[in-house]
Amino acid sequence: MALTGIQIFKMLPKTNCKECGHPTCLAFAMALASGKAELASCPDVSDEAKEQLAEASAPPVRPMQIGAGDRSFKIGGETVLFRHEKTFLGSPGLGVLVSTDTDEGTLTEKLKVWDTFQFERVGFNLRPELVAIKDVNGDAGKFAALAKKVIDESNFCLVLMSEDVGVMKAGIDSCADRKPVIYAATKDNVDDMGALAKEKGLPLAIKADDMDGLMDLTGKLTGMGLKDLILDSNSRTVRRAFEDQIWLRREAIMKKNRALGFPTITFPCEMADNLDKETVIASMFIAKYAGIIILSDFIGESLFPLLVERLNIYTDPQRPMTVEQGIYEINGPDENSPVCITTNFALTYFIVSAEIDASRVPSWLLIMDTEGLSVMTAWAAGKFVGDAVGIFVNKSGIFDKVKHKKLIIPGYAAAISGDLEEEVKDSEILIGPRDASQITKFLKEFGV
Amino acid sequence: MAFEIPKINYTGKIKEITIGAGNKTATVGGRDCYPFHLFEGTMPHPPIIAMEIWDMEPDNWPEAAIEPFKDVISDPPAWAKKCVEEYGAQIIVVQLKSTDPNDKDRPVDEAADMAKKIVDAVPVPVVFWGTAVSEKDEQVLKKIAEVCEGENLSLSPVEEAIHKSVGASALGYRHTVVASTPIDINLAKQLNILLGNLGVQDEHLLIDPTTGGLGYGIEYAYSVMERLFQAGLTQEDDKLQIPMINNLGNEIWKCKEAGLPKDELPTMGEPGRRAILMEAVGAVCYLLAGSDILIMRHPESIKLAQEMINDLMAEN
Repeated sequence: MALTGIQIFKMLPKTNCKECGHPTCLAFAMALASGKAELASCPDVSDEAKEQLAEASAPPVRPMQIGAGDRSFKIGGETVLFRHEKTFLGSPGLGVLVSTDTDEGTLTEKLKVWDTFQFERVGFNLRPELVAIKDVNGDAGKFAALAKKVIDESNFCLVLMSEDVGVMKAGIDSCADRKPVIYAATKDNVDDMGALAKEKGLPLAIKADDMDGLMDLTGKLTGMGLKDLILDSNSRTVRRAFEDQIWLRREAIMKKNRALGFPTITFPCEMADNLDKETVIASMFIAKYAGIIILSDFIGESLFPLLVERLNIYTDPQRPMTVEQGIYEINGPDENSPVCITTNFALTYFIVSAEIDASRVPSWLLIMDTEGLSVMTAWAAGKFVGDAVGIFVNKSGIFDKVKHKKLIIPGYAAAISGDLEEEVKDSEILIGPRDASQITKFLKEFGV
Repeated sequence: MAFEIPKINYTGKIKEITIGAGNKTATVGGRDCYPFHLFEGTMPHPPIIAMEIWDMEPDNWPEAAIEPFKDVISDPPAWAKKCVEEYGAQIIVVQLKSTDPNDKDRPVDEAADMAKKIVDAVPVPVVFWGTAVSEKDEQVLKKIAEVCEGENLSLSPVEEAIHKSVGASALGYRHTVVASTPIDINLAKQLNILLGNLGVQDEHLLIDPTTGGLGYGIEYAYSVMERLFQAGLTQEDDKLQIPMINNLGNEIWKCKEAGLPKDELPTMGEPGRRAILMEAVGAVCYLLAGSDILIMRHPESIKLAQEMINDLMAEN
């Protein structure tokens, strides 16, 4: 059971040294109790207290590493129900189902295709993480062979799906270094599956038909010393699955129920008869709390929207997304092409670059680092002002690429025109439109 | 100890709003819990997906978006009718694109004539959505309010700058005001108060929190909407107990990735299906964030989103 702030306070050194960033030990204790601080930031806490407090101060949803290598990822660790309270941390892994009646050649081909689904966006490489191998015929040899194929031919992480401990063992032995997730322990195999997971040091998913069933299993498994558990409440209708996600997260966060404080695994692939519908169900699980989401197939049309949604929902709500400062080429510009300047707020960049792109006018786009502020905010904050922009333009290297000195600035930053002209020698400053939707019109007229 | 469903206490309820008049109405709101949290509350009126049409032939739609409407796309009243008759639209949203002063700049009277024709053509309530150039929206929305007196249309976007004049027209000619603010809970509340002071009753109000596209700010809208419904439902903020409307299709289909041909980026697949799924995925986000009227474009994305609503509302 979780401790209260006062209970925690009694175990702290009470030096009020402020090293942890809190004004008093009591304030620190309160922050620990609500999962908003880490015990490690206290320099003087005793080992004994550490042990006692470790459990109480751990995040209400157990954080864990899934897989190994390039595509490994973290799930859990959440402390809130709504993303405006604090950034969601455990961005859910997306996986694809492969059953053991798939032949090995087909899997080879599919792995090649799935590996190509990688999308660059705001400095992130968006891609799915997992292949789930599902035992459908008790063929341990085939199970192991497919798992081995995944690690030999790709860097996907794995979920191994079988309720037969013998089959599971064969699978694990063929891909142990990739740290597969074991799916699943049930009330019928919990002792053996638990022992196997413990021996191999792997995360173990458990499946039960209701919350009481899940709590029985987590109680038993944590008693055996297992820590990294993943929950499947076995609901396969949209409404029940949605409710379960809400209940599990609330139990962990509001009730501090450690027995349900684990990430979840979900199966849109078992909830719909076509991939479009699976995709919208998966989008619900991205917004509402899944740790792992398994689809029946990966295709670009479905993955791209899901990966972008995941990126958006799991960004820090307090810190705007940014793009790299620098020179961006759009539509193959040359030495006579127009030069546009704007800020590095990701939305500003996306919208401006998309409009320039759509105009088909070859252009240079200079993106200046304004710490993610949009044009008006950056200008108001003194970050997008004449001398600053001028210094950036001069250093950017743009004048090695063009032979004119016309600079187009955002309409909302018209006021910086004079200072900028002074800062950039021989320049001519043109005031662009205030709204990006007018860029095409502006550039076309500029070209004339 | 046996599991008990972890419920929270609600102290408020989203108001029930009826748009349209006579036998052409639709009702939203009335919800006394977070969206689809039916284990601890009720949603007497599930969210409605409204279908958008343009008041002119669109010149920048990807092929996949034009395809279902290609026989009617240059005839707005016929287009609106098709949405109702063939796709079962319960609400029609007319995007007043022709009035954009930076583009076609159709005169106010002509725009209002077209608006009236569309309203007369369909047996469902109509929402009119301007181009967010407030000087022009002000004139156009006022005129539409006048020529469609008593229809209880929804007029959007009513930003603070034009709330007095459009609000007064809505009052005088009996329409609903869509109060539009830029992704900010305090501004949303303030505008609702200002409209209230003007005499616009909550029963004639919808909130447009500003809608971001997938990958283009959806997370900002998503979070501000969660904060809005939390304020209304758990913090007794009665100025925020107003249903929300989201102009989604327009945002999704104008983004670059919705139209990108397959040969430019083969891994993103066929542009049509990609855009349909982008719209459907965006729709799920907005439904979970508490949207009451979700404006969408493609019949297939609408079908997917509607199935999600049905599934989330299904009896256990």
